[in-house]
Amino acid sequence: MWTSLKRLYHKMGSPKWFYEISTRWSPWFLLVGSALMLTGVVWGLAFAPADYLQGNSFRIIYIHVPASLLSQSAYIMMAAAGLVGLVWKMKMSFVVAKVIAPIGASLAIMSLLTGAIWGKPTWGTWWVWDARLTSMLILLFLYFGVIAIYNAIENEEMANKAAGILAIVGSINIPIIKYSVEWWNTLHQPATITMTKKPTMAPEMFIPLLLTIIGFYCWFAVWVFARTRNELLWRERRTKWVKNLVINAPTNSGAHQ
Amino acid sequence: MNGSMKALFKRDMLLAFRSRGDLLNPLMFFLMVASLFPLAVSPDPLFLGQIAPGVIWVGALLATLLSLDLLFKSDFEDGSLEQMLLMPQPTLLMVIVKVLVHWLVAGLPLAFIAPLLGLMLGLPSGGFAPLMATLLLATPILSLLGAIGAGLTVGLRKGGMLMPLLILPLYIPVLIFASSAVQAGVLGNSYVGHMAFLGAYLALTLVVAPVATASALRISIAR
Repeated sequence: MWTSLKRLYHKMGSPKWFYEISTRWSPWFLLVGSALMLTGVVWGLAFAPADYLQGNSFRIIYIHVPASLLSQSAYIMMAAAGLVGLVWKMKMSFVVAKVIAPIGASLAIMSLLTGAIWGKPTWGTWWVWDARLTSMLILLFLYFGVIAIYNAIENEEMANKAAGILAIVGSINIPIIKYSVEWWNTLHQPATITMTKKPTMAPEMFIPLLLTIIGFYCWFAVWVFARTRNELLWRERRTKWVKNLVINAPTNSGAHQ
Repeated sequence: MNGSMKALFKRDMLLAFRSRGDLLNPLMFFLMVASLFPLAVSPDPLFLGQIAPGVIWVGALLATLLSLDLLFKSDFEDGSLEQMLLMPQPTLLMVIVKVLVHWLVAGLPLAFIAPLLGLMLGLPSGGFAPLMATLLLATPILSLLGAIGAGLTVGLRKGGMLMPLLILPLYIPVLIFASSAVQAGVLGNSYVGHMAFLGAYLALTLVVAPVATASALRISIAR
């Protein structure tokens, strides 16, 4: 068990291996994710019963909740990848951390946008200083900080390490920020309508939500793989395996050889 | 080990007081930011009294951000920071001493000038004690967290622009609990719980921030 784990770890550290394995896995993740998303979204939009309070407007939940959940776990993944990179000096994991940052930020933006669209019919305004919206906004700020570090530091290795430290500090702070924002919110706005926090959700509403959540995770994996492969090709552009890959790649024109 | 840290403390305090302008700038900034609000919003004392806790605390955050440049920059520029990292003593202690000095020269004065701002903004009398108390307890947190940002950006040309982006989200819990402690004091409620939270946050940052700052400095110096 331990030796096979160690072997897996060493393999993961090899860009070539990661490139190959992710190329092989991507279509499967894409297939499963798309099937789940299609089922979940069609079920959620067309067949799930309308909410007795909010009518049909609640159906945006099938995009909003997966995006919010995933943007939070993406930050934790980024911090974990940064930690692995810092502690065990694993370059691959820095690459993964780097490609996650913009994906997580865009998921946070998607969550905020869908939240605003949901808020308009429910609360009557686009933006409310609701606890969850506010902590999502702060999460987006945390992502901005990490992205800003990558942009500001030219030396790649330094940028990776610095962003790793910031992400770790941020992930320690996330629960504190979340808790303090929630506390602040109950202090100032006792009368907010809570929507997703309903204790019991009808199973015919909940199952499609679960499907879209898993579907989002699969798509996220595809997205991370694709960006990681791009990044790897660029970083390793002078190595032999990339050159071989380019030479052996099937070209559309096929003029040479 | 104690001796060298004492020497470092003395040196940093001396350097800080040799350039008094740098010390005064954040304070003047604090004063100016707070006096913008009556001009921009309304000079009505009742209204100002309501927003005073928040305004003063936001001002304190921004003033701290402004002063964080003092923490490592000049030492980095003349090369002494590199020598300090090479010292046989742990970098952790060096960071703690530097943060302590920063707090003494940049954080502590904010706590003493804040009552003046409270008077100007018409803060109700119940708010002064919690204002002082929260500033005394929470400005070390601002210095500690800020040191991480200062450490990460020390060698960068555009570091000054970057630092607020990195640090402000981490300051949010402090802002929430400190300004609502002042508000609780204004309303005559107990603010012990808020202080307890700030104390806990201080304990956590005291453990985490110096470690993060030390590794951030090592990364920045290796550049």
